[in-house]
Amino acid sequence: MTSSSRNPILITASRLLAPFIQLFALYVIFHGHFGPGGGFQGGAMLAASILMLRLSVGAERSELKFRKSWGTPVGALGAMIFAGTGLLTLLLGGRFLEYHFLPLPDLSRAELHSAGILLIEVGVSLAVMAVLVTIYDDIMEGPGGN
Amino acid sequence: MVLGLETPLGLLLLASALIALRLRNLLAAAVTLSVFSFISALIYLVMGAVDVAFTEAVVGAGITGVLFIVVLFHTSRRSID
Repeated sequence: MTSSSRNPILITASRLLAPFIQLFALYVIFHGHFGPGGGFQGGAMLAASILMLRLSVGAERSELKFRKSWGTPVGALGAMIFAGTGLLTLLLGGRFLEYHFLPLPDLSRAELHSAGILLIEVGVSLAVMAVLVTIYDDIMEGPGGN
Repeated sequence: MVLGLETPLGLLLLASALIALRLRNLLAAAVTLSVFSFISALIYLVMGAVDVAFTEAVVGAGITGVLFIVVLFHTSRRSID
């Protein structure tokens, strides 16, 4: 996998494709409550674009997009965004993930639901992307390393 | 369903599953599993479950294919056939 015999067509094509995959993944994340898609699918697409770069241009150059050491912090941040939104509504008097208790001023109940679902989807997508990339990195590292 | 695409897609699904089982080349078998996943995503799409189809296409055809290929690069075949 770390061989130097890399195909220039493969490298150019994957480097050209990766930003468009990431843009479509962002569309899937932020449009998730109007159509098909959502946090999990968008995060998996973001992870797929990074894994494509890891496979084609190599680990050391694809770390410019997403470092190996970022995996656990970003995954934990996504989980914290998800749980924090739920616990915030719990603290402010509602039930877990009852969005209209969110402390955002000047928003109607429906807009608060929309904003809350958006927060949840951002958290889920960050967690899914980071964890999937971390699984790949840990497999590539092999047993013994930690 | 209106389109009547379930039967041909189901036959393709069965064919890809049997091919993936019969292949001796493990890399080709992993790629055929991605094909299996994509055809099952098309079946979900025909039956109207767009969200499930999306998830199956992204995870089944994208992520697990990559993970299978990475694991195959880390293993070696002991038997000679």
